Amino acid sequence: MTSKLISMSVTETLAGLKNKDFSATELIKDHIAQMESCRNLNAMITELPEQALAQAAESDARIAKGEMLPLEAIPMAMKDLFCTKDIRTTAGSHILENFIPPYESTVSQKLKDAGTISIGKANLDEFAMGGSNTTSYFGPVENPWKSTTHPDKKLVPGGSSGGSAAAVSSGMTMLATGTDTGGSTRQPASFCGIVGVKPTYGRCSRWGIIAFASSLDQAGAFARSVEDSALMLGTMAGHDAKDSTSANKEVPDFAALMKQDIKGLRIGIPKEYRVDGMPQDIIDIWEKGAAMLKDAGAEIVDISLPHTKYAVPTYYIVAPAEASSNLARYDGVRYGLRVEGKDLQDMYESTRAEGFGAEVKRRIMIGTYCLSAGYYDAYYTKAQKIRRLISNDFAAAFEKCDAILTPTAPSSAFAIGENADDPIKMYLGDVFTIPASLAGLPGISVPAGLDDQGLPLGLQIIGRAWDEVTMFRTAFALEQAAAFSAQPQLIKSVA
Amino acid sequence: MSIDKTTVSKIASLARIKVTDQDLDYYAPQLQNILDWADQLQEVDTTGVEPLANVSEIALTLREDKVTDGNIQPDILKNAPESVEGFFVVTKIVE
Repeated sequence: MTSKLISMSVTETLAGLKNKDFSATELIKDHIAQMESCRNLNAMITELPEQALAQAAESDARIAKGEMLPLEAIPMAMKDLFCTKDIRTTAGSHILENFIPPYESTVSQKLKDAGTISIGKANLDEFAMGGSNTTSYFGPVENPWKSTTHPDKKLVPGGSSGGSAAAVSSGMTMLATGTDTGGSTRQPASFCGIVGVKPTYGRCSRWGIIAFASSLDQAGAFARSVEDSALMLGTMAGHDAKDSTSANKEVPDFAALMKQDIKGLRIGIPKEYRVDGMPQDIIDIWEKGAAMLKDAGAEIVDISLPHTKYAVPTYYIVAPAEASSNLARYDGVRYGLRVEGKDLQDMYESTRAEGFGAEVKRRIMIGTYCLSAGYYDAYYTKAQKIRRLISNDFAAAFEKCDAILTPTAPSSAFAIGENADDPIKMYLGDVFTIPASLAGLPGISVPAGLDDQGLPLGLQIIGRAWDEVTMFRTAFALEQAAAFSAQPQLIKSVA
Repeated sequence: MSIDKTTVSKIASLARIKVTDQDLDYYAPQLQNILDWADQLQEVDTTGVEPLANVSEIALTLREDKVTDGNIQPDILKNAPESVEGFFVVTKIVE
């Protein structure tokens, strides 16, 4: 039987611990057991049962003394892109297969300081490049959900933070970190029927997060409820002197402020997000979501984001360009894999040929090409200019509305292997999440219903820069109205 | 823009990634497709538009110029594929 402890919310768990209904050790043990029983999903690259139980003992000691931390003993998974001191951190890549960071990322440190316990390092697309968690050197992650029409098919959890999303969805952990460069937290949240939030660019420190595209990368939070995600993000956020792009702004109490009703809020519906070939289920759920927000007192307004169709190609110039520069550091000299060669150049080339997978190489080469002499202005500068236009579109839209409602992804979870030979088709999976990323805006995916295959569909709420509070308020109202309570078959079958 | 095998070979060399002939056959059409698709950006009129490099509009701050960490040589060398007496070691580069 599935333990009751693995299906609780953060606030219920904290109350139970305080009330001594169960101990931190029992809580962590049950989650470790669930992690072990779900190994077939391949959600974790490195499991950390011993460390987690040692931390749980410390939690129990604090609880006994009445000195509980804000997120005491909350079991979580850490995306294996966050450097964790003395714990292997791979970025899902062969090139970092044996990398043991001598330092801790700021976000993971903050979560640890708040009392959370990481029980494993979660699988991901290699260097967070992908939308299906199939590019990991450590193998694909399987979504805990199954299609009712094709129950034999193994589905992707989305990506790049696929292991994190699968861990939270299957009850291995209550929370998980993600990162989000173009949708890598929001899209897997949609595929796995959970909540995934990306804050405003600059809200969280990027220090110690292995870099992909620095002008876009942000830490993200996964949870099974909007409130849990708000609690988690509040813990992760804040200025850090070690990241000059992290904002020196006060972090509002998201979890407290999100419960304010949405009467009078104006919710924008962008007409350009009604893309060709979008499944009817997704159009329906989007319309239903708008109706729910209207019933909750919001005003629905039509808005236009005219450069939407250029967002994905813009992203696929900007992000690979930054990646080609960021990933130049993996040269076999200071850390990571080294493959010996006949001279230094040959060592570099052999190391990188063997160390990187196909998608990473593809993006490095695209980026290198776009930054090379003669093409820089035509590709990179052009893309940066269009990025400005996309950002301006949002600024104009936010004069007419306070938050924007869109589908999170143009499909539900697809089968592992599908789209594998068509990079562009895979890239278009992020069509609704990339625009907000390019503009640096906060976005959250909330599970809103199931499609005709019984698979979860998320809706995305995009907020103004630094206005996560309105985004969370809208998300909370949507969550209340949608009352999504479906669980993956995996949990149901053992319950 | 035509991405032939010679172009891919040149890009790969700039990116310090060794490619086989088979790799060139695999990547050339893919890169060609991606760049053809990205060419739709050329239809957007961007006259007078300032490129956007940093969305956060956070001005960089200055701090006092002093060492805030250090004495961590063992940490820095811990992950090195090869090190000797506090140095990273690579193949001989000067004959």
